[in-house]
Amino acid sequence: MEQRLRQLAQEALGALEGANSPEEINEVRVKYLGKKGELTQVLRGMGALSAEERPRVGQMANEVREQIEAALENRNQQAKEAEKARKLAAETLDVTLPGVPFNLGKLHPLTQVQQEIESIFLGLGFSIAEGPEIELDYYNFEALNLPKDHPARDMQDTFFINPEVLLRTHTSPVQVRTMEKTVPQVPVKIICPGRVYRRDDDATHSPMFHQVEGLVVDKHITFADLKGVLATFARQMFGPDTRTRLRPSYFPFTEPSAEVDISCVMCKGSGCRVCKGSGWLEILGSGMVHPRVLEMSGYNPEEVTGFAFGMGIERIAMLKYGIDDLRLLFDNDLRFLAQF
Amino acid sequence: MHVSYQWLKDYVEIDIDPQELAHRLTLAGLAVDVVEDLGAEIEKVVTGRILKIERHPNADKLVVCTVDVGQEETLQIVTGATNVKEGHVVPVALEGAKLAGGLQIKRSKLRGVESRGMLCSGQELGMESKLMSADMAHGILILPETVAIGLDAKEVLGLNDSVLELDLTPNRGDALNMIGVARDVAAILKKELKIPVPELTEGEEKVEELAKVDILDPELCRRYVARLVKGIKIGPSPIWLQNRLRAAGVRPISNIVDVTNYVMLELGQPLHAFDYDKLADHHIIVRRAKEDEKLVSLDGVERTLSPDMLAITDAAGPVAVAGVMGGLDSEVTDNTVNVLIEAAYFHPINVRRTSKALGLRSESSMRFEKGIDINGCLRAANRAAQLMQQLAGGTVVAGVIDNFPGPITEKTIQLRPARVNWVLGVEISRQDMLEIMQRLQFRVQEQGEDLLVTVPTFRPDITGEWDLVEEVARLYGINRIPETLPTGNSTQGARTAEQQLNWHMREVMTGCGFYEVVTYSFVHPRVFDLMNLPADSKFRNVVRLQNPLSEEQSVMRTVLVPSLLEILQRNLNRRVQNGAIFEIARVFYPVEGQPLPEEVPVLAAVAIGSTPKTWNQPARPMDFFYIKGVTEQLLESLGVINATFSRHQDPSFHPGRCAKIEVNGELLGVVGELHPNVNENYDLPGRAVAMKLDLKVLQATHRPVKQYQGLTKFPVVERDLAVLVKQEVAASEMLAIIAKAGGNLLKITDIFDVYQGTQVPEGFKSVAFSMKFQAPDRTLTDEEINDKMQRIIKSLTAQTGAELRK
Repeated sequence: MEQRLRQLAQEALGALEGANSPEEINEVRVKYLGKKGELTQVLRGMGALSAEERPRVGQMANEVREQIEAALENRNQQAKEAEKARKLAAETLDVTLPGVPFNLGKLHPLTQVQQEIESIFLGLGFSIAEGPEIELDYYNFEALNLPKDHPARDMQDTFFINPEVLLRTHTSPVQVRTMEKTVPQVPVKIICPGRVYRRDDDATHSPMFHQVEGLVVDKHITFADLKGVLATFARQMFGPDTRTRLRPSYFPFTEPSAEVDISCVMCKGSGCRVCKGSGWLEILGSGMVHPRVLEMSGYNPEEVTGFAFGMGIERIAMLKYGIDDLRLLFDNDLRFLAQF
Repeated sequence: MHVSYQWLKDYVEIDIDPQELAHRLTLAGLAVDVVEDLGAEIEKVVTGRILKIERHPNADKLVVCTVDVGQEETLQIVTGATNVKEGHVVPVALEGAKLAGGLQIKRSKLRGVESRGMLCSGQELGMESKLMSADMAHGILILPETVAIGLDAKEVLGLNDSVLELDLTPNRGDALNMIGVARDVAAILKKELKIPVPELTEGEEKVEELAKVDILDPELCRRYVARLVKGIKIGPSPIWLQNRLRAAGVRPISNIVDVTNYVMLELGQPLHAFDYDKLADHHIIVRRAKEDEKLVSLDGVERTLSPDMLAITDAAGPVAVAGVMGGLDSEVTDNTVNVLIEAAYFHPINVRRTSKALGLRSESSMRFEKGIDINGCLRAANRAAQLMQQLAGGTVVAGVIDNFPGPITEKTIQLRPARVNWVLGVEISRQDMLEIMQRLQFRVQEQGEDLLVTVPTFRPDITGEWDLVEEVARLYGINRIPETLPTGNSTQGARTAEQQLNWHMREVMTGCGFYEVVTYSFVHPRVFDLMNLPADSKFRNVVRLQNPLSEEQSVMRTVLVPSLLEILQRNLNRRVQNGAIFEIARVFYPVEGQPLPEEVPVLAAVAIGSTPKTWNQPARPMDFFYIKGVTEQLLESLGVINATFSRHQDPSFHPGRCAKIEVNGELLGVVGELHPNVNENYDLPGRAVAMKLDLKVLQATHRPVKQYQGLTKFPVVERDLAVLVKQEVAASEMLAIIAKAGGNLLKITDIFDVYQGTQVPEGFKSVAFSMKFQAPDRTLTDEEINDKMQRIIKSLTAQTGAELRK
C-alpha cells in the first residue's frame, strides 16, 4: 500500500507536468483527489491495515495528498501566469500608430507676437490702451504736430473717409486720447496695439497692418529711460544677448527721435542675408514726446516729459518666424497658419 | 540725395573712407542707405584715339580700328560700333580688362582678324544710360577731343568715386545739397567747412536797363533774384561737370541747364534759366495765376492753373509755375544766347499744394516745400552766372535784380544746458554743447548758465530749444547716452476686462479646433449681395473710403463673415478641403450726425467639411450642431449662464437652420448653416456653417463670479423617458417644461436620442430624455421619483401633446 501511495504521488505529479490549461489541471485533481479519485480509492483500503501500520500509512497518505495539493496549487498558479502572459501578449498594440487627434486650432502668428509684446510691457508696468481705427484728422495728425500741408504727412500715405476723417495711419492717436483723458495726472504708461492703415500695397507693404506703440509721460522721463526700456524689451523679445543701437531720425511727434536697431536675430551681428550684411535690424521708431504734442494734450512740457515708441507687429513676426513674404500673413492659408 | 564722395571733398577734408563716412553720417541722423562704388568692377580701361578705321575683310558689319592708347605701339581692335570716326577719343578696354557685369577682355580673333581690346560704351563701364547725355547714351562713348590719351578712363569719367545714397528725413531739407551735407560732415569730423565764393567779372550793360521784376504777392514770394548772362553759346558741359551730375543722379543736358542743376545740387537753391529773348517785355511778374490760366510745362504737358497757385509770368502770361516747373516756351534751347537766371524763395506750403494739385513733383518743388535758405538766393545766382560765363562763354550783365520784400531773420534760441541733460538723462558739459553748436555753424553767446544760439536761415527746421536738444544728442552721439529705467511712482500693468475676454475667447476657439485668421477691414461693396442681404439691409449702410486702392477694398466692413468665407474659398482652391476659422475684429456702423462711426468688436467663425478622419476615429461633419456646440462651449467657458438659442430668420442663413442667441432678451449673436445662395456665391461645395457674436453685447452681459456648490454624498437616481411629439415642438420647450415639473430635485436632463422615420408616425418625432435626480440631504425614494416622473409626463402631455413611448 505504501508503495501504491508512492506510485500515486509519482503518477499525479507526472500527470500535472503535462497539464497546461486550468481544465487539464482540474482533471488531474479530480482523478487523484476527487471523491472517486485514486487516492480516495487507496485510502478506502486502510481498514485492512494493522493497528501499527494504520497511523504510519495514514500519515503517509496525508503527506501524499498535501504533496499533490501543493503541486496542483503551484501548477494552477503557473497556468494562471501563463494565461495572463498570453493574454497580455495578445493585447500588444502598435504604439507607433498616431493617437486620437484633438485638432486644436492655432492663433494667428500676428496675434501670438502681439500677445508676447503685450506680456513684456505688462511686466514693465504698462497698461494697454485702445482707440478707434477710423479717426479724426486731428488725432491722427494735427495733435501730433503734423498740421495740414506738413511735408512729413507724405511719410504716411493715408486713406481718407472725408477731409477730416481717415483710417488711422498709426496707433499714436490713442496716445493723444489717453493723455487728454489723464491730464493733469501722471504717469501715463501705456502701449497701444492695433490695426493701422496706409495707402500702400506691394511686396513689403500691406494696406492694413498692426502696430504696438508705447507712451510714458511722467515728471522726469529721460531719453536714457527710453533706451533702457527698449533695450529691456529687445532682450526679452529676442533673447538676452540682443544688443540695441539707435540712429537719430525724425518723427514730427517726437524729438530727439531715433530708429532702434537690434543685433541681427539670424547671424547675431556678423552680417547675413536677413540684415543685408549690416549685422543690424531696424525694429522700431522712438523719441522724446515733442513738447508741442504734450502742450496740445494739456500738459506743461516744462513740468513733465515723456517718451514714445512704435513698432510693426508684422516686422517682428517676420523676424521671429523667418517669414520672408509679408503677404503670407494676410493670405491665411491654413497650411501656413498650422505652422505656428 | 546722392552724394559723391569725391565732390564732397571740395568742401571738407575727409580722412575716412566712404563706408566709414556713411556709418558716421547714419549715426548722426543722415541715414545712408547704400554706398555705391561706381567703378568697382572696372579695370584696365584707358582713353585712346582712333587713328584709322578700315573695312573688315570678312565681315560687313565689323570694322578694324587702329587705336593709339599712348603706348609704344598702336592696337588693332575690331568693333561692330557704327558711331565711331577717325580722330575720336574713346574708352578702350585693354587685354585683361574687366568691365561691368564681370565681363573680361582677352586677345581674340573676330572673323579671322586679331583684336587686342575693346572700345567701350558707357553701359559697359557701368554707367546708367538714363544718366548719360543724349550723345553719349548710344554706342561707343565718345569723349571730348581735348581728353588726353592713355589716361585711366575711370579717372576721366569720374568712376573712381563712391556715391552715398542718403535717405533723408523730411525735416532735413538743408541736407538736400552738397554744402548742407558737408556742413554736417564737418561737424561730425570736427573739420573746417570750405564754401566756394563766386567771383564774377561783369560786363558793361546794366541789368536794370534790360529786365524788370515785380512781385505782386510778397507772401508767396518773399524774394526774387534775377541775373542776366548774355552771349552764351549752348553746348555740352565739360566732362567733370557731367560726371558730378551723373553721380548725383541727374542727367546732363547742356551747359546752361547743367549749371542750374549743378548749383542746386551744390547750394540747395533751385534755379531756373529763362531764354531772356522769349520773355515778353523782359518783364517778370510774380503773381497768383488766374482761373484756368494755361501753361505748357517743360515736360510738354498743358497745365491748368488756378488762383491758389503762384505763377511766374511775363508781360504776355505765365512762363513758369513758381518753384515747380518752367514753361516750354521760355525754355533754354540750342539757339538761346541770352539767359535770365531766377533764384527765388517761394512759400513752402504753397509750393507743396501746387505740386500736389498738379501731380508734379520736381527736384525744385521738393526743395522749396521743405524750406530753402532765403539768404542764399543771391549767392546761388552769382555762382550760376559765374559758371555760365566760365562754361558757355557769356558775359554777365552788371548788377543784380534782388526783390526782397519778405526777409526772414535768424532766430536766437535760449539753450539751457541743465535742461538738455535733464531731458537726455546724461551729463554733457556746457562747453561741449557750445562747441557742438559752433561746429554746426550756429553762433553762440553765453548768458549766465545758458547759451544764446543764433541759428542761420539755412536751418529752417530749428525753431526752438527742443530742436537744439536734438542737435546736441545726435552730435554727442545717442549711443553714448546710458540706459536707465524710469523712476517715479510705480505702475501696475493689467489688461482690461474686455481685453481679457478677447484673449479668453481666442483660447477657447483654438481649443475647439478653429484657426485664427486676420483679414482686411475693408471689403468689396459686392459682399452684401454675396451674403444674400436685401436691398434695405442696415448692413449696406457703410463707411466708404474716399481714395481706396481698389473697389475690392473700398468700404469698411459691417459684417465679418464674408471675409472668412473668402478665406475658406481660397483654401478650398488650394485643396485644403476642411476648414474651421475665426476672427475677432471690428465692424463699422456709420452714425447719423457723428463724424466717426461706431466701431463694434465682433467674433465670427465659419467652418466647412468635417474633422479629419483617422485610422481610429471617424470624420465628424462640421454641421449646424457642431458650430452650435462650439458656441455653447464658448459661452459656457466665458461664464454666460443664461444664453438662449431660438429659431431665427437671417437672409444669410438657411431659413430652417439658424438660431439667434439671446441674453436677457438682447441679441448676442447668430449661429447657423449658411443659405445655399451664399454657399453658391462663394463657390463653396457642401454646406458651410457660421457663427457671429457681438462682443459689445457680450462684454455688457452679466457674467457672475462662479460660486462653489456643495457636493452631495447622496446617490443620483437616473430615469429615462421617451416621448412622441409633433415635429415642430422645440427641444428647448420640452426641456423647459421638464425642468419646471422636475423641480429642485431634477439636476440634469440630457437628450440622448431623437428619431424620425419608419417607427414613428409621419409628422412626429421620438425624443428620449435621460434625467438625474438627487437631493442634498437624503436618499430619494422610488415614490418621490415616480411622483416627479408622473408630473413631468403630465406637463409634457398637457403642454406639447407628447405621448409616452412604451
